[in-house]
Amino acid sequence: MNSLYPGLTIGKATRDAYGEALKALGALHDDIVVLDADLAKSTKSYDFGQAYPDRFINVGIQEANMVGMAGGFASCGKTPFISSFASFVVLKGFDQLRMAVAYPNLNVKVCGSHGGISLGEDGVSQQSVEDIALACALPNFVVCMPADEHEMRAAVAAAYAHKGPVYIRSGRPKAPLVYKETPSEFQFGRADELRAGTDVTIIANGMLVGAALVAADRLAKDGIEARVLNMATVKPLDDQAVRRAAAETGAIVVAEEHLLTGGLG
Amino acid sequence: MLHESKSGHPGGSLSAVELVTALYFGGFLRYDVADQDSADRDRFILSKGHGVPVQYAAMAEAGFFDVAELKTLRKIDSRLQGHPVKGSMPGIEASTGSLGQGLSIGVGMAMASDMDKMDFRTWVLLGDGECQEGQVWEAAMAAGHHKPSKLVAIVDANDFQLDGPVDAIITLDPFAAKWESMNWVVREIDGHDMAAVCDAFSWAESQFRPVCIIAHTVKGKGVSFMEHQNSYHGVAPSDDELARSLAEFDVATLEPTLVTSGNGKGVSK
Repeated sequence: MNSLYPGLTIGKATRDAYGEALKALGALHDDIVVLDADLAKSTKSYDFGQAYPDRFINVGIQEANMVGMAGGFASCGKTPFISSFASFVVLKGFDQLRMAVAYPNLNVKVCGSHGGISLGEDGVSQQSVEDIALACALPNFVVCMPADEHEMRAAVAAAYAHKGPVYIRSGRPKAPLVYKETPSEFQFGRADELRAGTDVTIIANGMLVGAALVAADRLAKDGIEARVLNMATVKPLDDQAVRRAAAETGAIVVAEEHLLTGGLG
Repeated sequence: MLHESKSGHPGGSLSAVELVTALYFGGFLRYDVADQDSADRDRFILSKGHGVPVQYAAMAEAGFFDVAELKTLRKIDSRLQGHPVKGSMPGIEASTGSLGQGLSIGVGMAMASDMDKMDFRTWVLLGDGECQEGQVWEAAMAAGHHKPSKLVAIVDANDFQLDGPVDAIITLDPFAAKWESMNWVVREIDGHDMAAVCDAFSWAESQFRPVCIIAHTVKGKGVSFMEHQNSYHGVAPSDDELARSLAEFDVATLEPTLVTSGNGKGVSK
């Protein structure tokens, strides 16, 4: 039991699960190359680098160049997974993501760690509340923000299986578990109803899915039955799930670590 | 082409004619028009994407597509956009035109070539003004560190950028020293001296480390009223200017003299 998420177990940070899943994936697929921009120990791509040093490139503090290089690798048949903080790889690498990855529809997987404001005390330069809007504006990109370690593992596997660019946002703090194990039915673009309800729907993603479940428990004590939808994929959006929620519950509340403009809300 | 489309960048295309011609027809850029997507083809990235008319012309001449298609440049539904678009046709290896990006892509390709023990080489043609972009130096620094064995950066140093002379806007000096300081080997040549261009490309192929060729060129080369005149950076020739240009070239003697050989390696007939 913990005070922030009563009723939920705290699991690993999604960034830790990303690193573990990437390393595991590396054992299966030698077309995977991993690039990081001097934050490998924070994004957790470091573990892949230790296991597969010949397929790991630390480009130094050069986000724009890293994205361009990834485009070059991908156009030669590699599957690059590149990572940095969300606010650096997406914001500093945006034009490169657009020209070298998105429009050519290349098979590059981008992980932005330390997403949202939950990374905490490092302040506004490190926090990222614009990355989802920018990533959603990139043609051909899938944009995904897993809720917990289990969903992150599923998302990393799905990102590899998907042919085309994918943006995954991970978080720094340990995340409350909303799944018991890796969700086998995970698919990009499909919302997951974690709690049934008819009075209101809370649509959330990332760490706020756990918070939404906690909120729904509290509402139940007041006689309000809230549906909770985990909208891990922001693009493509499961708009049918949104329409059903609006029709069946009459009200929707969105919880996300992002600005109102351009995010899930 | 540019007259037909009534827009485009003649100056920076003409300065690169010898460089691009030597690549496609001098036996340096390895391609096979019968197997345009082959994994071991050399990669050519035109990082100074606004110069793409000269690349399209070379590609048509080499047999990537019909010469007649050149007249569709910049027109609606054409594959020949005003700047290169990866995916528009084989042989266009990167989307460029947002300056500064091509070398990074080339570094990735060159490292992929080494990683897979492939033979293909990556050639990146940059503009000198373009080298004001910080990303060029990120890529140069990364290549200087990782030292991919088959990467050639060619700078079409025509001394001008859109707003005026490079030296008057932001000087690149000391230019060769910048590359050398990042562990590149550098050679400076006259980019209109075909023998010197070919010699430099041969030398580049023998280095097995990142090579930079600084080709000193003249913007608008070959058209007397465009040479050194930066007003033709992004302005297509008028009817009269087209006629005067073609007269200077004596077009009757310029009928195709360059073809690709059966093995797909560009050679001069």
